[in-house]
Amino acid sequence: MEYLNLVFEEVYKILFLLVPVLVSVAMIVWLDRRVWAFVQKRQGPNVVGPFGLLQSLADALKYIFKEIIIPASSNKIIFILAPIITMTLALIAWAVIPFGEDQVLANINVGILYIFAVSSLGVYGIIMGGWASNSKYPFLGSIRSAAQMVSYEVSIGIIIINVLLCVGSLNLSDIVLAQQNIWFIIPLFPMFVIFFISALAETNRPPFDLPEAEAELVAGYQTEYSGMMYAMFWLGEYANILLMCALGSILFLGGWLSPIDIYPFNMIPGAIWLILKILLLFILFALVKAVVPRYRYDQLMRLGWKIFLPFSLTYVVLTASYLFYFNLLPKL
Amino acid sequence: MVAHAIFFYVFSIIAVISAIMVTVSKNTVHSVFFLILDFISISCLFIMIGAEFLGMIMLIVYVGAVAVLFLFVVMMLNVAQQKNQWFNSEATSSSHIPVGLIISTIIFFELIIVVGGWKYKPELSDQKTTQISNEISNTHSLGQVLYTDYIHIFQISGMILLIAMIGAIVLTYRRREGVKTQSYLKQISRERSEGIEVLEVQSNKGVKIDD
Repeated sequence: MEYLNLVFEEVYKILFLLVPVLVSVAMIVWLDRRVWAFVQKRQGPNVVGPFGLLQSLADALKYIFKEIIIPASSNKIIFILAPIITMTLALIAWAVIPFGEDQVLANINVGILYIFAVSSLGVYGIIMGGWASNSKYPFLGSIRSAAQMVSYEVSIGIIIINVLLCVGSLNLSDIVLAQQNIWFIIPLFPMFVIFFISALAETNRPPFDLPEAEAELVAGYQTEYSGMMYAMFWLGEYANILLMCALGSILFLGGWLSPIDIYPFNMIPGAIWLILKILLLFILFALVKAVVPRYRYDQLMRLGWKIFLPFSLTYVVLTASYLFYFNLLPKL
Repeated sequence: MVAHAIFFYVFSIIAVISAIMVTVSKNTVHSVFFLILDFISISCLFIMIGAEFLGMIMLIVYVGAVAVLFLFVVMMLNVAQQKNQWFNSEATSSSHIPVGLIISTIIFFELIIVVGGWKYKPELSDQKTTQISNEISNTHSLGQVLYTDYIHIFQISGMILLIAMIGAIVLTYRRREGVKTQSYLKQISRERSEGIEVLEVQSNKGVKIDD
């Protein structure tokens, strides 16, 4: 009985995290479309509900009632598995995101590695979807995305090493607490810029949305998907974008910490600060989508391997030498 | 403890079954997917014995990078054609069998040596060279051992991997003639005066532009 209670408590905690994440994914899609529209002097979705806030729910309802079409020549098990994997991986990474001093579902020692591992697994949803569709466009899209995500993971990993050098711990709460004096965006500003661009590439956002470049590949790996399965890909994609924004705000913008540690600001709960920082980064993501044209594939690869990788490696050496020379390396 | 045992058996059964399926399944892409499942369950086992850093690195390196490249290569192969070569035509299959037999015999004897040593000379594998303390996390303790006692072995293995990578690039690199590439430096440093020429055009005569 006691064991059951424990399980129920955990399930309650998980639901308390997942339901807000899913709702905010729906809201964030609306925000994305609105920002995109305003940059282009359009209105965007503004009909369903106040300011069009319920547009995403209406879309989701439409997807649920649509028929799921499974192509006859596809590999059926893997075809069905692909969106499930994408969405599951996008959601389980939220388990280690800290919303406050003790407000975290699983405070594990290797939190940052966990997020990195889960986000590197995310490529399988896309590869499986593209391969199982047994059609040319999805296959090309999935191969492009595999190469792209593997390339940009390398530079994200090295940027994370930069932050870890300053912190001395892999725990996400420790990373936030290490920024009490100064947010890492100030000493590591070039790394923040590279992290932001790599996060765009890692989540297949424009200008790096080559896996689903509409003009060339219809919709890339999503071409053969319909109904709820398409919606799951879509939910997973936006949950991943939110996760990358959360990771960026934890690594560089001080997570749940308030910008200034004085009376009216430090009364606001940390979760709200974190959400505000995530929103700020997300609006930047949306603006980039609206103002930057899509990269060509060779330009993308060149940027990842020939510019970001050497630059961030050099910065690791610089950070390490600086910390070592001034004896600032974190103690055990 | 019961829950621990249940999870251990679940993960190890998945690991063993998927390892068998890697070799048994006829579709090569399915084999790679089973290999990935195998890697994931092994890393879960690592995490269960408290080696969380190793488990996560296993996920990142093997599942996130190596297996993606495997999948990449396997998806590109023409599986139908390959099947004919390896399984149906008798001339080729017979030439592969001796090599396979030799390799599997070597692995078999290595396993016998390891298991035999573990069974009959337990003191050989029981010598702990370093003290494991519970106070620091295992990431820290790994780092302390790797970069002090085993620094040379660690660096040499890194060099071997680097050389292997360079070798692979050199072997597959081919310089193609007559490929038009974009020169970013040239593009950015272009001035208006080099790109545009303003000419007086008389009516009904036109101009000649020599490229």
